[in-house]
Amino acid sequence: MDPGDFFASSRVLIVAGKGGVGKTATAATIAVAAARTGRSVLLIEVSGRSAAAPLLGAEPQGYEETEVVDDVGRPTNIRCRSLTPDQALVEWLADHGFKRIARRMARSGVLEVVATATPGIKDLLVLGKIRQLETARAADLIVVDAPAAGHAVGFLRSPAGVLETARAGTIHRQAEQALALLSDPDRCRVMLVSIPEETPVNELIETSFAVEDEVGITLGPVVVNSVLPLIPGLDPAKTKRSHYGAITDVEFDDMLAAATFRLQRSALQQQQLTRLAGQLPLPQIRLPHLFVPHLGPPQIELLADALTAGIESLVDQP
Amino acid sequence: MTGYRDLIHGREVVVCCGTGGVGKTTTAAATALAAALDGRSAVVVTIDPARRLANALGIDELDNTPKIIDGPWPGRLGALMLDTRSTFDEVVRRNAADDAQAERILSNRFYRNISTTLSGTQDYMAVEKLSELYESSDWDLVVVDTPPTRDALAFLDAPLLLARLLDNPVYRMLTAPSRGVLRIVNSAAQTMLRRLARVVGADVVDEAVAFFQSFEGMEDGFRTRAMATLDLLADDRTAFVLVASPRRDTLEEARFFLRQLEGSGLDVAAVVVNRMLPTMSTSPDRSFAIASARLHRHVAAAATALADHTSAAEGDDQRVEDLMGEVNGATLVKVPLLPSDVHDIDGLNQIAALLVRGSGGVLVE
Repeated sequence: MDPGDFFASSRVLIVAGKGGVGKTATAATIAVAAARTGRSVLLIEVSGRSAAAPLLGAEPQGYEETEVVDDVGRPTNIRCRSLTPDQALVEWLADHGFKRIARRMARSGVLEVVATATPGIKDLLVLGKIRQLETARAADLIVVDAPAAGHAVGFLRSPAGVLETARAGTIHRQAEQALALLSDPDRCRVMLVSIPEETPVNELIETSFAVEDEVGITLGPVVVNSVLPLIPGLDPAKTKRSHYGAITDVEFDDMLAAATFRLQRSALQQQQLTRLAGQLPLPQIRLPHLFVPHLGPPQIELLADALTAGIESLVDQP
Repeated sequence: MTGYRDLIHGREVVVCCGTGGVGKTTTAAATALAAALDGRSAVVVTIDPARRLANALGIDELDNTPKIIDGPWPGRLGALMLDTRSTFDEVVRRNAADDAQAERILSNRFYRNISTTLSGTQDYMAVEKLSELYESSDWDLVVVDTPPTRDALAFLDAPLLLARLLDNPVYRMLTAPSRGVLRIVNSAAQTMLRRLARVVGADVVDEAVAFFQSFEGMEDGFRTRAMATLDLLADDRTAFVLVASPRRDTLEEARFFLRQLEGSGLDVAAVVVNRMLPTMSTSPDRSFAIASARLHRHVAAAATALADHTSAAEGDDQRVEDLMGEVNGATLVKVPLLPSDVHDIDGLNQIAALLVRGSGGVLVE
């Protein structure tokens, strides 16, 4: 599939996955890969963290948009911002006739009461704000780094939940609009992220069925992070000391230990990838494990290469 | 400096905290198992455990009473999967003046939403379950897994959740409508409520109002209870164990937890770093030099594996050491990355052994 077509298929991509599977890095990678196809991208983090912008080499983002520039200071066509439920609630109240008292309400605890009375209202308001940005064409593509797995389902389910609780009022209409956004694949899709390990794969499968069946949202390909690249010729049994003289015994033992460990882990990963493919009929895009202690802009560029290649190898859907 | 064994032996409550995805539940379960192996009677309260681990512990569904796990240990081992909802119901029943009041609250829709919506409810109920098990005297050691959060304070604030909700101006307005100075606040709140009704619908506001009215007279009970629980968490009976992985971002979050706990006057008794890569003596630079030399195919492949390994692990030990430099007197336990997930008692046994005595030099004091 042509990456340009891929990123043009929906205006909002929601990236969701369990904690620790590299969800934020994947969202940043998607943003970079989409920007390479000439699109303007708005990357939104909703968990209250500011981890996405630093991955792209920018200062941690806030509620205001931050322009991401490359290492020589040129604009990249990517903007980042955060959008927390509390910020969304205060802004929404301000827009709906509570301007003067919105902050005081937040401080007094009245908001907490409202949020408790209407489950999902905060998540709904975040989705509502995303919908507003989408409708206003704030960018060609909006990439949302969603809350971690368990909560992601609640997040996506929030419009339906609110429709049930608040049967009338402004918030009811807001929920209808958010639901319309989520259930229209031309406007919004969810990309689930995991790593090839047992528990994350289980959670991915559970989340995907919950998201599709209960929320009626369209799922894009699954991104599997941290896949160990296969090393051709890796075989400790055939690795003989005599083949090379300038290596000490300790170094040679390390090489054998590293080779054995790598093969073990790789085999386990392949098992999980096969299991995932068998249990979840969605295309997989695999991103390589990078052997660095932490990720930064150069690594995100590498991952964007792999993501683009993965998209190119997807079969076109009619 | 005391080891993890002393911690298991000498405390009555262990709270495992840390971010998600670092093996917190496994560490909590292994800690309880280690205590049972040590002859103690230990129970672990888990929150949303991975399915196979839950199966191994015999806790397939949410429950309020611990299941006893039989096995070859001299002590006793119990486990439960926290049921936030029914734990909250019990708390209400225990604190209500009579059955009628309890039923009024339990049937209120606003109340029913609390268990799923109000942030901190899960932490609150974990703490409630902890104190309940502690007070039952059935157990020598209660180990609690905490809900995944970036905020250690969520757990420490949790006991006050309901007390604080009942301190809410809305509540005070509804229960004491004519209390002098508050009258002005009240009329402002009344105005807010009327306007909110237009936004979220009147029935939602009515339910909330009914909820607060139904709590009349229960505030002191909740507050007293909260203070007792906070005392338990703050003194020597309780040990906080911080669970992390060697990745830079999770260590950063661990550091954030440490500061928060310290800020609340609490000590971290142990830091458990899971998923440590096996240590190699060859440096990353040397590994790369070997890998880039002209080598026989299989040797070259092994050299690449070593270079990958050492560069991924580079700095792990240093970063963990840096973190430990900021914790006074805490025990460090490094748990190696295991070939597969821990989902049976054997696996837990392995971790328990690592926690207690270390293996292959992974226990550092």
